[in-house]
Amino acid sequence: MRIRLEPRPEPSRLAGWLSPLIAAAATLVVGFVLFSALGKDPWQAFHVFFIKPVSTLYGVGELLLKAGPLMLCAVGLSVGYRANVWNIGAEGQLTMGAIFAGGIALAFHESTSALVLPLMIVAGAAGGMAWAAIPALLRTRFNANEILVSLMLVYVATYTLSFLVHGPWRDPEGFNFPQSTMFGDAALLPNLLPETRLNAGILLPLAAVAVGWVFVSRSLAGYQMRVAGLAPAAANYVGISAPRTVWIGMLAGGACAGIAGVNEIAGPLGQLQPTASPGYGFAAIIVAFVGRLHPVGILFASLLMSLLYLGGESAQMGLALPSAVTGLFQGALLFFLLASDVFIDYRPRFGGRRRAARR
Amino acid sequence: MDQVAELLVLTLAAGTPLVFAALGELVTEKSGVLNLGVEGMMLVGAVTSFMVAATTGSPWLGVGAGMLAGAALSLVFAVLTLSLMANQVATGLALSLFGIGLSAFVGLGYVSIVIEGIAPLGVPGLSDLPLVGKLLFGHNPLVYLSLALFAAIRWFLYRTRPGLILRAVGENPQSAHAIGFPVVRIRYLAVMFGGACAGIGGAYLAVAYTPLWTEGMTAGRGWIALALVVFATWRPWRVLAGAYLFGGVTLATFQAQALGVTVPSQLLAMLPYLATIVVLAIISRDATAIRLNAPASLGRPFHPGL
Repeated sequence: MRIRLEPRPEPSRLAGWLSPLIAAAATLVVGFVLFSALGKDPWQAFHVFFIKPVSTLYGVGELLLKAGPLMLCAVGLSVGYRANVWNIGAEGQLTMGAIFAGGIALAFHESTSALVLPLMIVAGAAGGMAWAAIPALLRTRFNANEILVSLMLVYVATYTLSFLVHGPWRDPEGFNFPQSTMFGDAALLPNLLPETRLNAGILLPLAAVAVGWVFVSRSLAGYQMRVAGLAPAAANYVGISAPRTVWIGMLAGGACAGIAGVNEIAGPLGQLQPTASPGYGFAAIIVAFVGRLHPVGILFASLLMSLLYLGGESAQMGLALPSAVTGLFQGALLFFLLASDVFIDYRPRFGGRRRAARR
Repeated sequence: MDQVAELLVLTLAAGTPLVFAALGELVTEKSGVLNLGVEGMMLVGAVTSFMVAATTGSPWLGVGAGMLAGAALSLVFAVLTLSLMANQVATGLALSLFGIGLSAFVGLGYVSIVIEGIAPLGVPGLSDLPLVGKLLFGHNPLVYLSLALFAAIRWFLYRTRPGLILRAVGENPQSAHAIGFPVVRIRYLAVMFGGACAGIGGAYLAVAYTPLWTEGMTAGRGWIALALVVFATWRPWRVLAGAYLFGGVTLATFQAQALGVTVPSQLLAMLPYLATIVVLAIISRDATAIRLNAPASLGRPFHPGL
C-alpha cells in the first residue's frame, strides 16, 4: 500500500488550525522520547519542563515577560512574511532598538521626566526601522536578497552593541564589566504585578496584536500585502506596488523588533549588556509560523514558546539538562508544523498498489 | 616574499569552509532547490566531527562523520520540501535554527576539550622549497580536498550527462519530468550532496582549522556561503574566487589586530558581514544577469502529479 498526496481543490481551513496542535503534540512525543533516552523519568521531566515554571504567580509573570518580545517580533515579522518578504534579522533590529533606546536612557540619566520612557520607545522603534530599512532599500534599489542582508546585519548590530558597552558606554564605576550604568527610574518600565517581574511593557505587544489584527483583517494595505504574497503576478497586474510591499513588510518588522528591544533593556535588564536578547528575534520566526502568521495565533504561539524558554531554564536546574534543549524543541516544533501543513493543500489517499491515473 | 606565500596559505585556509559549503549549496540550487539551512548543517557537521574525533582519536573519521551528519540533516529538509511540498524558505530557516540548537545541545560536554586536529601537509623537502614550497605543498589536506571537489563539480555539471540532467531539472522540472527523469529523486540527491558538503565544511572548522568546538562556531559562515552562490551567479569558479576573497577579509581582520591597529576588535569583526552586504548589493544590481543565471525553478515546489 502506498500513500499518495492529492491536491485539494481549496486549502483546508480545518487543517490550517489543526496543524499547530499536531505539531505541538508531536514535539511533546519527541520530548518524551528524548527525556527517556537521557535516562530521566519523562513524566517528572514534563512536570519540571512545562508545569513547574508556571505553577507560581512569579512564574506566570515570567511567562508573560518572555512572551512579550516574542509576540512583538512575531507580529511584526508576520506582516512581511504574508507578502513573501523574508525579514529574518529581527534579532538585529531588536538589538538596534535597544541601542537607540539605551542611548536615550543614558543621555537623560538624571532626568525624572515622564517623557523619557515614551521617547525611548519611539527611539527604539526608529532604531529597529532604520536597521530594517537597509535590507528594504537594498532589495528595492539593488535587488539584493533581503534574507541574507537582514541576517548579516544581525552580526553587525550585535558587534555594535558589544563595542558600545566595551567602550564609550561602559559604566565607569562598573569594575570594568562590559555594561552600561543602570538606567534611572524614569527609564524603567513600571511594575505591573507585585511579587513578579512583569512590567507595563507587556501592554506594547498586546497593542501590537490588536493593531496587527486590524491591519491584517480590516485594512486595504493588509489585504494588498496578502495578495502580493499569494499571487505576485495578480498583485502586479492590479497595480499593487512591489517595492511598497517590501517597505511595509520590513519596516513593520523593524519597528516591532525595535520596541521589543526597549522592553528588554527598560524591563528585565535595566541597562545595556553585550547582548540584548537570548535569541528572541530568531525564536519569533518560529512563533510567527506556529501562529499561522495571524496576530491572534501569534499571541498563543508566543506563550508556548515562552514556556519552552522557561522549561529549558527549569530543566537546567531541576534535571541537570542543558538549557540548549530549548533550541532543540523550538526547531522540532517548526519542523513538525511545516510537515503537518502539507494537509492544508493536499489530502492523503491510501491504497492502490499502482499509481492512479494522473489528472 | 615568503610572507606573501604565508599569507596566501592562510587565506586559502580561511576560505576553505566557505568553499565546501558554497559548492555544495551550488549543486543543490542547480537542481532548483533553495536550502537556507547551510548554517545549521555546518554546525551539526562540526559538532559531530569533533565528537567523533575526540572519542576515536581520528580526525579523519570525524570528517567522515561530519559529512554523514550534514547529509542526514539535509535529508530532513528534503523530505519536508520535496515529499511534503513544504515552503523551502521556511523549512531552510527551520533547519538552521534546529541545527544551531541541536549542535549546542549535543556538544555541551565537548566545549573545552582539546584534540589532535588534521595538521597541514608537510612533504619532506618539497614544503621547504623557497616561495612555492609552502604554496604548493603546505596546505591542510582538506584544502586539497576542497580543490578536488571544485574540479569534480565543475566537470560533473558541465561535462557529464547526469550534470546536464541535474541542470535541466533546475531549469524546468515539468519538462524534465515529462521526458521521464525522476525529478524528485534527483533533487533528493542534490540536497543531500549539499548537506554532505556543508557537513565537511563544518568538520574542517572543528577538526582542522581551529581545532576545537564552541557553540555557534561557524559564526554565520553558512549564510555567507549562501550569499557567495548568488555573488558567483551560480558558477563554480566564481564561488571559489569569492570564498578566498572572504577568507582574505576574515584574515585581514586578524592580521590588523596582530599588527596593533587601534580600531576596536568589534568593528573589525563586522567587516566580513559588511563586505557580504556590499558585494551582494553590487552583484544583484544587475537584475537581468541574476535572472538569466539563477536556475529558473529555484525555490519552487514541484508536485509530479500535476
